Amino acid sequence: MEYIPNILFAILLIAGVGYFTKNVRKLTRNIKLGRDVDRSDNKSERWKNMAMIALGQSKMVRRPIAGLLHIIVYVGFVIINIEVLEIIIDGLFGTHRIFETVIGETVYGFLIGSFEILAVAVLVTVIIFWLRRNVIKLKRFLSAEMKGWPKSDGNIILYFEVVLMTLFLVMNASDIPFQEAGHGNVISQYLYPLFEGTENIEMANMVERTAWWLHIAGILIFLNYLYYSKHLHILLAFPNTWYANLKPKGEFVNDAAVTKEVMLMMDPNADPFAAPAEGEDEGEPEKFGASDVQDLHWVQLMNSYTCTECGRCTSECPANQTGKKLSPRKIMMDTRDRLEEVGKNIDANNGTFVDDGKALLNDYITPEELWACTSCNACVEACPVNIDPLSIIIEMRKYLVMEQSAAPSELNVMMGNIENNGAPWPYNQMDRLNWKDEN
Amino acid sequence: MKVPTMAEYMAEGKQPEVLFWVGCAGSFDDRAKKITKAFVKILNNANVEFAVLGAEESCTGDPAKRAGNEFLFQMQAVTNIEVMNAYEVKKVVTACPHCFNTIKNEYPSLGGNYDVVHHTQFLKSLLDDGRLTIEGGHFKGKRITFHDPCYLGRANDVYEAPRELIRKLDVELVEMKNCRKKGLCCGAGGAQMFKDAEPGNKEVNIERTEQALEVQPDIIAAGCPFCNTMMTDGIKNKEKEDSIVVQDIAELIANAQDL
Ligand code: SF4
Ligand code: SF4
Repeated sequence: MEYIPNILFAILLIAGVGYFTKNVRKLTRNIKLGRDVDRSDNKSERWKNMAMIALGQSKMVRRPIAGLLHIIVYVGFVIINIEVLEIIIDGLFGTHRIFETVIGETVYGFLIGSFEILAVAVLVTVIIFWLRRNVIKLKRFLSAEMKGWPKSDGNIILYFEVVLMTLFLVMNASDIPFQEAGHGNVISQYLYPLFEGTENIEMANMVERTAWWLHIAGILIFLNYLYYSKHLHILLAFPNTWYANLKPKGEFVNDAAVTKEVMLMMDPNADPFAAPAEGEDEGEPEKFGASDVQDLHWVQLMNSYTCTECGRCTSECPANQTGKKLSPRKIMMDTRDRLEEVGKNIDANNGTFVDDGKALLNDYITPEELWACTSCNACVEACPVNIDPLSIIIEMRKYLVMEQSAAPSELNVMMGNIENNGAPWPYNQMDRLNWKDEN
Repeated sequence: MKVPTMAEYMAEGKQPEVLFWVGCAGSFDDRAKKITKAFVKILNNANVEFAVLGAEESCTGDPAKRAGNEFLFQMQAVTNIEVMNAYEVKKVVTACPHCFNTIKNEYPSLGGNYDVVHHTQFLKSLLDDGRLTIEGGHFKGKRITFHDPCYLGRANDVYEAPRELIRKLDVELVEMKNCRKKGLCCGAGGAQMFKDAEPGNKEVNIERTEQALEVQPDIIAAGCPFCNTMMTDGIKNKEKEDSIVVQDIAELIANAQDL
């Protein structure tokens, strides 16, 4: 009988971690639906980026208030994991505050003391975050795409934090041996009087156990909530910054399939009817650009899962600032929504995607949004986790132009001019040096 | 004004120090042609041996690529690369950030490898080598604000060269609230120059002009022919063309020296 709590704990833990693992599998499968792209060069720079941007939060602090608040919650989250580790060991082996015996009272007291202070700091921060979202109504959190789930998602996580931090403090305050030892109860000692006194020992014990169980259960629920939430970024920010583009932002990749065709056209000796060289795979004619998520590469798909919906990109976007429909945050959210839809379709059809008559283009993102982009890279620069919405926009423009010939007519005129005159305007290439003799 | 072509250099069996890539705007747009000429005057004055391609130059393909026409872009690129490689071009300077970005970043994987610099970087290097001197002259004490072109700044991290040149003019360089990494687009990039904007409540160049006006400049300095046009239009829209001028950094330097 005495092992029942340990067994219950083990079941809870296995269920929580198991469900999470299942969702992580789904996540990686969905990301791998994307095309291949090689982002393994220059490893040292990639590690550095990850250390600076994901671990060091270097891009977060460009907005100092949000940045500082975010760091508090972030540090609180990271540190609290040490506490979680202790809870797991205690829960599995029936020990109580095992680390205290392992690392000694003084160090333990110092650790727990700093957790308690952090817990309070996190509580304060979360309240400020909540006010920013719900009372001050920052413009960033009010755009059209921030209705419904994205809006509640932002709040739910804040409530989660409040509950978890409160449980942590209550757990410490009602732990009578811990309070009597008097190491590290910097905050909880003020709650302790509520539980002090012999007649309350039973009650204190019960509160302590309840808080303890709810705390770990809450953490497991939180873990599993991540997949459904923009808070996936707390995990994906790391690979996302590692795999981010290292090339100059202005450099758009040159489509290799197009290069092959162009070289063939330019080569006077090439025989257009020649059979493909041995070993060369004719295969399906490549689709240019992207109309759906499978046409994007996997880093772009990972980007969509990493997006925090913070809207820093959109608030810097010149098109968005001047009232156009384009919002780079929406581009990322649409990509994720569509990818989830495709993933569910695959799940429902025994592992293969069955055409659902929908696509990312038109059903989620309209050409009007795509054509409003100035390719200024402000969104890419602003994103605290190095997401690249612009690359998706350009891929979809490619599809519109090269597969559908659906560019706005003025752009067709411009492109016709380049083709015929070597300039976007209708001037003769022979006149390119006329300026020399004009006044 | 001396404007030799690559063909002329070739005929003499010589190589210029640098190819000046004029670009479509610099060749055909009336406003941008002034920038081209100002830059050439500075090059002449500093005795830089440069050449242009003239009629052998063609659009880099930048607007086609940003509009999504990869095929047209690569056709243009490969043609241009063939011409430049035939002349054994090593170094390229251009006053257009779009040409700069494209030739520097997108031509190499298609076989075009050159040392590409923006004209502000080139002028800065002339200054550092003592081949060019800049004195403020009639700009002394004027308030100048610099509008970062997206394709020079964020796209390629060039923020300081233009500013260092401006400071040499003995002026007061004032920064807009959105500058450097946070600079606001003029609205012309990504092939927007060639079409009407999507419906919204304002044009991007008006927004940017308002940001510039906030710092009450006498001069708005530009480093891109497209930004120049957009900002000039913005100033006209605000009916400020009598008190504020928009000038390329090359023009400012050429004017300071009365070239
Ligand atoms: S690149 Fe496009 S989407 Fe991104 S900020 Fe600029 S205009 Fe907006
Ligand atoms: S793309 Fe980046 S900046 Fe934009 S909302 Fe997502 S996380 Fe924020």
